[in-house]
Amino acid sequence: MNNRLQAQVDPLIERVSQKLGLVNDYVAEGVMKTDVSFIKASLGKVKVYFKKPNLLKVKKEGGISLLPKGGVSVTINSLLNTKQYIALPAGTQEYNGKTLRVIKLVPTDDKLDWVISTLWIDPADALVYKTFTTTKENGSYEITMEYGSYANLGLPSKIIFAFNTKDYKLPNGITLEFGDDDPTAKQKALKNKKGKIEITYTNYVINKGVSNTMF
Amino acid sequence: MKQIISIELYKIFRRPRTYIAFAAIAALIMVIQFGLKMDGQSYAGFLMKDINDTLTVDGKVLNGYLICYILLQLLLVHVPLLVALIAADMISGEANLGTLRLLFTTPYSRTQWVIGKFIAASIYTIVLLIWLAFLALFASMWIFGTDDLFLMKSNYVVLIQEKDVLWRYVGAFVFASFSLLTVTALGFLMSSIANNSIGPIVGTMSAIVFFTILSTLNIPLFSIIKPYLFTTHMNNWKEFFDIKVDDNNEAIYGTILNLAKIKTSLIVLTLHIILFVSASVIITKRKDILS
Amino acid sequence: MSVIQVNNLSKHFGNLKAVDQLSFSVNAGEVFGFLGQNGSGKSTTIRMLLSLIHPTSGRIELFGKSMETNRNQILEEVGAIIERPDLYPYLTAREHLQLFAKLRSKKITTSRIDDTLIKVGLLERAQDKVQTFSLGMKQRLGIAIALVHNPSLIILDEPTNGLDPQGISDIRNLIKQLAQQEGKTVLVSSHLLSEIEQMATQIMIIHRGQKIAEGPIQKLLDPNKMVVHVKTTNDAQALQFIMSGSFSNYLLKRTDGIHLCMPDYEIPLFNTSLVNAGVGLIGVETRNSLEDYFLQVTSNSN
Repeated sequence: MNNRLQAQVDPLIERVSQKLGLVNDYVAEGVMKTDVSFIKASLGKVKVYFKKPNLLKVKKEGGISLLPKGGVSVTINSLLNTKQYIALPAGTQEYNGKTLRVIKLVPTDDKLDWVISTLWIDPADALVYKTFTTTKENGSYEITMEYGSYANLGLPSKIIFAFNTKDYKLPNGITLEFGDDDPTAKQKALKNKKGKIEITYTNYVINKGVSNTMF
Repeated sequence: MKQIISIELYKIFRRPRTYIAFAAIAALIMVIQFGLKMDGQSYAGFLMKDINDTLTVDGKVLNGYLICYILLQLLLVHVPLLVALIAADMISGEANLGTLRLLFTTPYSRTQWVIGKFIAASIYTIVLLIWLAFLALFASMWIFGTDDLFLMKSNYVVLIQEKDVLWRYVGAFVFASFSLLTVTALGFLMSSIANNSIGPIVGTMSAIVFFTILSTLNIPLFSIIKPYLFTTHMNNWKEFFDIKVDDNNEAIYGTILNLAKIKTSLIVLTLHIILFVSASVIITKRKDILS
Repeated sequence: MSVIQVNNLSKHFGNLKAVDQLSFSVNAGEVFGFLGQNGSGKSTTIRMLLSLIHPTSGRIELFGKSMETNRNQILEEVGAIIERPDLYPYLTAREHLQLFAKLRSKKITTSRIDDTLIKVGLLERAQDKVQTFSLGMKQRLGIAIALVHNPSLIILDEPTNGLDPQGISDIRNLIKQLAQQEGKTVLVSSHLLSEIEQMATQIMIIHRGQKIAEGPIQKLLDPNKMVVHVKTTNDAQALQFIMSGSFSNYLLKRTDGIHLCMPDYEIPLFNTSLVNAGVGLIGVETRNSLEDYFLQVTSNSN
């Protein structure tokens, strides 16, 4: 039965995999935005390094970057390139005016970090627009993607990692912030409660080789 | 007046006591820098405990800018005590020594003396602050390098871009100079009341400690008086390190979240300085020099 | 011309009248000796002259100008030491003079500083910190500070304090020289009254804040006013004799024995008369020094 189910959705996943398989490595430049309720950070320029099968690194040029713990490594490439999963169809869903196929992946290798991942794929262009992955150690991540000029290679122009954040609090005794006003007033200044990290890619350098030392 | 300031500075910098504050600041800063250099990662890890649960912080968190912030947090509470050591001795110390008689029989009015001495004590305070800035900021930048300032506040984290940091420190040090000049003025006021050295020094230190406690206690009763206490405002140099965010929760480069708070604090501190120095002038003018 | 003119000067500390309606004047070129016991109000008066203490009432004029309105201008021309020689222990003698020279509007040269150091005998120790100085050396440096700007009025409160006999003699000579050769006006107070006697041309004595005597030293040392302390075997009998005769006018009201004030030429006659009256005479002490006069007037006012 498993084989039969897998066989049903295989072609689409296969098409996605094939598209992604065209890229052996890339170095992408982008702008990263951190949107976490308790973090105030400005846009930062980042470089994203990728190498098959699942090596990925986001580096901020000479600055400090905040990334969801383990989150960025759970990308489509790392999900699909391992080939160690069972794909289950879960119907279709409307998403931004497109009808997307919903496919759930369950890993067959216990050693993999993720437990289950849902992919929203447009059968028309074989692009993944959204994933929702639950990991063993680092909670759940929602990744949404937008595509532009590199859509033919399955590379997004914008990627948004959404994740749940825990409460943040440091005692006043450590921060020495005494006599501050009502802390809720400060919280109001922070717009978002859910954590989001957005990377908007400006350009990709594809298949020019990336050293393993980058990761 | 220029003569008074120059001889007062001459006297200040000829006194061994003056250098205690410089040595104390250097020792404190170097001990903290050494500690953080040796074991700073575990300190940073402790601070980032909550963050590390959900996020990976990549980059040189423990850089010179953060070290300087940590140092200022710790030191700007204590430097006033060192300032008091000199400021609170400026008039009463001379009364105690008996030299006030010599000064007050020169062809300068007591008002000129008090203001001249206050300016000299203020210059000392500023030099001490520059020394502090040099060691806490520039030495830390040299030892630890620079990067974005990743600031862990009580309820949130602020990540300020490297290029956006230095001017904030300039602002913070200028602000701190107002805080310390308030202490100088308070020490001066105490100094004009007493005729011995120890009383005004201990008095100034006690007043700072007392009002700091009132300022830091979150008891509703004290909240009414808090806005009027100089100690409440002295710590607001930290406001330079809080940044505005836009509707997308994106930090806006080069902004200060609560500029109005800084302005209010500067006004309150300046009013305190004027009040304390004016009171010193009036008291000293009316005083009979019996020592 | 009077350099110091004080009119009805009073200073009250609460109920204590430290200085009470004091008036006096000091003329140019005089060495004015200011006498009084401890707590008599001398230092309070001197401090008021130097604007260290605010008078409760009265008027002070120096060089014909009111202290209230011309303080800074007046103090340019005044040099003073007040009681103890209090200095900065961490500065040298030369640094002290340089520092105070800076506070004067007139230019004070290095050679003037050297001259002043020579005058007080401190040139050799000029580079030493004051913390290594003896009390006498500090006192001399205090005087040097008072003199360095070449003031025309010098006010010295107890200037010989802590000095050894040679030092006292040196300062005495210096004060005389300042007045006689340099034409300075000097107001000097001291508890060493014999010193004042040797320096002053005019003296004033105050007691409990009030002036009890003032005048030229020769007048106050009038030989017609010798003090005689009579010691007898029977004071009652002696007193009876004195009161009954012509010597009664000379008797001083004192509790420390029989004292009379009389012209010196009458003393032999008094002695003979006393013996003839059958009074056992143990001895007669006669004094004409300023110190005795000082003791006499202060005891009289008790």
